[in-house]
Amino acid sequence: MANFILKRLVYMFITLLIIATITFFLMKLLPGSPLTNQEKLSPAQQQLILDKYGLNDPLPVQYVNYMTNLFKGDLGLSFQYDNRPVTKMIGERIGPSAYLGFQAVLFGTIVGIVLGILAALKQNSVMDYAATTIAVLGISIPSFVFAGLLQYYLAVKYPIFPVAAWEGFEYTVLPTIALSVFVIATVARYMRSELLEVLSSDYIMLARAKGVSSAAIMVKHALRNALIPIITLLGPLAVNIMTGSLVIERIFGIPGIGEQFVRSIMTNDFTVIMGITLFYSVLFIFIVFIVDILYGVIDPRIRLSGGKK
Amino acid sequence: MKKLLDVQNLHVSFDTHAGEVKAVRGVNFHLDKGETLAIVGESGSGKSVTTKALMRLIPNPPGRIKEGKMLFEGRDLVKISEKEMEKLRGKDISMIFQDPMTSLNPTMTVGKQVMEPLIKHQKMNKEAARKRAVELLALVGLPNPEARIKQYPHQFSGGQRQRVVIAIALACNPKILIADEPTTALDVTIQAQILELMKELQKKIETSIIFITHDLGVVANVADRVAVMYGGQIVETGTVDEIFYDPRHPYTWGLLSSMPSLDTDEETELQAIPGTPPDLLNPPKGDAFALRSNYALKIDLEQEPPVYQVSPTHFVKSWLLHPDAPAFEPPVNVQQNLRPMPNNFDKPALFEEVR
Repeated sequence: MANFILKRLVYMFITLLIIATITFFLMKLLPGSPLTNQEKLSPAQQQLILDKYGLNDPLPVQYVNYMTNLFKGDLGLSFQYDNRPVTKMIGERIGPSAYLGFQAVLFGTIVGIVLGILAALKQNSVMDYAATTIAVLGISIPSFVFAGLLQYYLAVKYPIFPVAAWEGFEYTVLPTIALSVFVIATVARYMRSELLEVLSSDYIMLARAKGVSSAAIMVKHALRNALIPIITLLGPLAVNIMTGSLVIERIFGIPGIGEQFVRSIMTNDFTVIMGITLFYSVLFIFIVFIVDILYGVIDPRIRLSGGKK
Repeated sequence: MKKLLDVQNLHVSFDTHAGEVKAVRGVNFHLDKGETLAIVGESGSGKSVTTKALMRLIPNPPGRIKEGKMLFEGRDLVKISEKEMEKLRGKDISMIFQDPMTSLNPTMTVGKQVMEPLIKHQKMNKEAARKRAVELLALVGLPNPEARIKQYPHQFSGGQRQRVVIAIALACNPKILIADEPTTALDVTIQAQILELMKELQKKIETSIIFITHDLGVVANVADRVAVMYGGQIVETGTVDEIFYDPRHPYTWGLLSSMPSLDTDEETELQAIPGTPPDLLNPPKGDAFALRSNYALKIDLEQEPPVYQVSPTHFVKSWLLHPDAPAFEPPVNVQQNLRPMPNNFDKPALFEEVR
């Protein structure tokens, strides 16, 4: 197991290096510079500033400089916000994003699993059709559409929840729902089909032949096996929540990382773009890593093939 | 002798989009204490459905037991509640499935899976159940059971897994053990080992076995009596000797002529049964086998044959045994092996009442 983790850590590091490199050069392809919208500065002044920040150096030099700083843990200073360090900017905004994302994944997974189980238990019933319809809608309609609908119905027309802002739990409800719809839909769909497959498997038949009651079969035999693929889904779902939050945070005026990310792209704030991209990458790679470990915990066949016994 | 199990006129159907598939159509058989009954027949003949119906393991919907009785020690298993059935399953009647690779839960240790019926039926505590599980695994010939109960199914080979499945089935000393093609998925040397094991264990715990197979070699090895199934019906029943040395039904002939034996020389050709099994969505009107049989009579296409009794233990469902039936000769491969049976009646008698 230790062997497995060590190997994965090395891979994770290499992956990050590649992501950092690609992002760096992609970003340099963006038209303009951080000073593009600063009409007050004369071209000469602009050149002076670009020189000062090393933005006129040849690309390879800029790249080497950036990577060297990265290894020291220095993400650089923002070009737009009074030279504030990027690490600090991310740190300040991580709270609301993490809270929202975690809440949405948790809520979505639980509701999705329950919906999927209900659908599978009563296959081809009204419950099943309802769950399937919810799943199709949730997967095909983007979260910002839900965000708008939720705001209109649950905040404007019937003012149950606040429209936007970030001042307490009631402010998190609508964005959480909007973000988790996709999670609910995906998890429910997988849970239903997995459970149906597991319930028709030979080992469930054998468990019944042993005299185990239906309830015990569900809890002891079926659920664990049906959950294995759901665990794998959590990785991609977490990414979806991250990208979804870019828009959702803006719609609900939440001071999170996604909101900051969108703004920095608009203003060519190179260091912030790089910083947040890397942050998202680390997060994603880490989630996939955790998912792989969880996979081994829940499925003994994987546990042993990963490392040495 | 008192019958341990008596199945009477069992009908099982599956409701599909295309219509009602009549998988089992009026099956009668019984099982005595301590004996081994083999049910043979090709795929789709209703062997597995019959035995799954016995344990009420047919998923409903789409499947249902349409009519009939399954008397186990006098109780009709068709009628009892699901709760009562749960108490019987794994305790009085247990089952070994065909494919050991898929019949164990991949995420549960083997020990827990063996302990489950012990805790449920024998009301053992965990420690006692664990001890018994170790004993059971030793009994079925699994080396080092103490360590192995902590392992998962994927750490076992196919033959070992089937031993585990057998240990689970035997955990509560069942009165009836249903073995649904237990050796089909195993290679030949392991097959022989598993069959030996089953015979040995049968002696130890005095269980009755219903052995489903399409392998006549296996039948000769394990069975006391044989029931031949075709198209959802039993077409011939008899002792092993009667079926192998004095078969009367054209389908049984077909099965026997398609099987090589030690006497088979290079000259003898094995005979395949032509055609395909009947469509059980619209079962044929008369004898289900008539369309594939060289011995079909005109009446076979019109009326279902009655059952004739050839000896106290030998029953055949075929018009060929009717006194007015024209003379016929069984296939050469079968004729070579015919032997006189001491218990045969002078003439086959029409058998009417339900066995």
